[in-house]
Amino acid sequence: MIAKEKSGEQELFVSGHRACHGCGMALSVGHILKATGKDVIVVTPTGCLETFTSPYGYSPWRVPWIHHLFENGPSIASGVAAALKAQGRIHVRVLVIGGDGATFDIGFGALSGMLERGDDVLYICVDNGAYMNTGGQRSGASPMYSSTTTDPAGKISPGKSQMKKDLPAIIAAHGAPYVATASVAYLKDLEKKVKKAMEYHGPRYIQIDTPCPSVWGFSPDRTLEIGRLGVQSGLIPIIEMQGGMLTNVLKIKKKIPVEEYLKSQKRFSHLFRDGQHQKEIEKIQALADINIQKYGLLKDVEDKR
Amino acid sequence: MSFQEIKGTLPAGSYYFSGNEAVAEGAIAAGCRYYAGYPITPSSEIMERIAVRFKEVGGVFMQMEDELASICSVIGAVWAGAKAMTATSGPGFSLMQEAIGYAAITETPLVVVDIQRAGPGTGQATRVGSGDYMQAKWGSHGDYQVIALSPWSVQEMYEHSIEAFNLAEQYRVPVFVMGEEAVAHLRERLEVQATVRVFNRVKKHGTPPFGTDSMDGVPPMPAFGEGERLLVTGSTHDEFGIRKTDDPRAHARLVERINNKILANRGKIANTESWYLDGAEVVVVAYGFTARSALFAVELLRKTGKRAGLLRLKTIWPFPEEAIRDVGRSARKVLVPEMNRGQILGEVMKYARCEVSGLNQTNGEIIHPQRIVREVEAVL
Repeated sequence: MIAKEKSGEQELFVSGHRACHGCGMALSVGHILKATGKDVIVVTPTGCLETFTSPYGYSPWRVPWIHHLFENGPSIASGVAAALKAQGRIHVRVLVIGGDGATFDIGFGALSGMLERGDDVLYICVDNGAYMNTGGQRSGASPMYSSTTTDPAGKISPGKSQMKKDLPAIIAAHGAPYVATASVAYLKDLEKKVKKAMEYHGPRYIQIDTPCPSVWGFSPDRTLEIGRLGVQSGLIPIIEMQGGMLTNVLKIKKKIPVEEYLKSQKRFSHLFRDGQHQKEIEKIQALADINIQKYGLLKDVEDKR
Repeated sequence: MSFQEIKGTLPAGSYYFSGNEAVAEGAIAAGCRYYAGYPITPSSEIMERIAVRFKEVGGVFMQMEDELASICSVIGAVWAGAKAMTATSGPGFSLMQEAIGYAAITETPLVVVDIQRAGPGTGQATRVGSGDYMQAKWGSHGDYQVIALSPWSVQEMYEHSIEAFNLAEQYRVPVFVMGEEAVAHLRERLEVQATVRVFNRVKKHGTPPFGTDSMDGVPPMPAFGEGERLLVTGSTHDEFGIRKTDDPRAHARLVERINNKILANRGKIANTESWYLDGAEVVVVAYGFTARSALFAVELLRKTGKRAGLLRLKTIWPFPEEAIRDVGRSARKVLVPEMNRGQILGEVMKYARCEVSGLNQTNGEIIHPQRIVREVEAVL
């Protein structure tokens, strides 16, 4: 299929690109641009988004777009934003859309610099928790006990033994005026947050959970369902921080045990294979419970206060 | 002196491996037990195999946050006493260059496997290229030497990985295995011997770690915590590691020694292989994967009575000047096919006193033997 020239009235990220079936990232980017409008320049570090949106005939971008090196999306964006400002073109805004490898790992230093300088950039991390573009190696965003090609589960190891980096908290600690998390399973919430972020000036950050059927290991028609399970279990807290303060959370409607989320994906299947990993599952449940308590994700918890 | 024959880490026999898998196994056989890396096509399979195999053989695998961190943690591990390596491709190799200069001036033995792809920039991540040879030599600032090997087969990906560690340990220098995407992802037969010949770094209690009067110019190397007073700095230093940034003599002495310890041993380090050079009028000088096409072409030419030969460079740096001088004397013409715009052609021209021309291709594909045949036939 070839990227469509016209697809709806205001589509800025059209269909026909080369993402895998059921790609959560591709779906989220369409809605991000719907919320920003056309006066944006998009910066994309190396990653899935770059590769599946750039071949001839398959480019869905209807806004200016620059791909560059893996490690410096924020630096490129800082340069673009500063030059636009110097020319008085303040109605054009700069947007980075990068994966978790570019954001959590290799580009983290550049991101910190951009935040500290207070550059006028909205940085959006489309987070699928591993290096999918190179075949699924672990990243700083990979969840605990997930199996990746460079931290594989097996006889000796239950998979990644470290926690996912709490990047939203690190970014809030830089004094960024707007920090939020979102999920592709809650598109209205996602669009609302992008719109709100566009009202601010200075460095802003949104981290979107974008399930990846190909590497997480689930059927491509279940992307939104898997995304919802992550949120409803408490493992993926959907929050909003303004001026460093927690100002809003997406409440969990009905709390589900983490097993339900873990069992839905091949990357956690080793935890259920031989009945030897109850401890690991309990640990993951504890992480979800900490999120629920820390952010007040349950309706009744909030009511009791 | 410090060479020893040790038991291999794979059972002896035949294997059907990819080049990247062979690199991982060669490194393990050589005694590498620390690997730090970052995913990058077309080298990722090396770390993926190491991640699994180190759990079996008892090594430390670290996935780092980028290539800067990868090579620097390798440097740290080496000073803590390990044999250590990383693997990457062009963009990652570019990021590592500052640390390579640091490794050169601190005489830190380490191995970097660079699986070359078509550049510059992100270029063609999944396609083959040979564009990193000049970067390997000149990528960091200042005057320093490295050793760069150029494997042409899965067998050599294995053997060069072992040899790279031996050379690094012997000369206290960064050593590069300059694989190319085509050989990294090629699967073919690999023969593994029961034993492996390895060199472990020389240690000598009470001797200065950064200076020596020995003929080879390589000082013994202690590790942290072995009782030596060990100060390591990337600034200019004397033989005891004391910073001497305002001493012209100390700087010249250090720079000359770290260069000469490689250049003076060039005859021992630089390796070539000769095919059909007897009476060859036209000699193809080739390296890496291109040498496979070149050999195929030369054999085709010989079958039709054409006097062509092949000089294969197994080592690129230090450059095998003498072998090039020899073919320059015996041949009428030298042809250098390369998957770049002539990076090694210029080196060959420096030493071959005959007509030298290049055959260059930068399209991300291997050079077809027929192209080489046509080029040789045109001048014969």
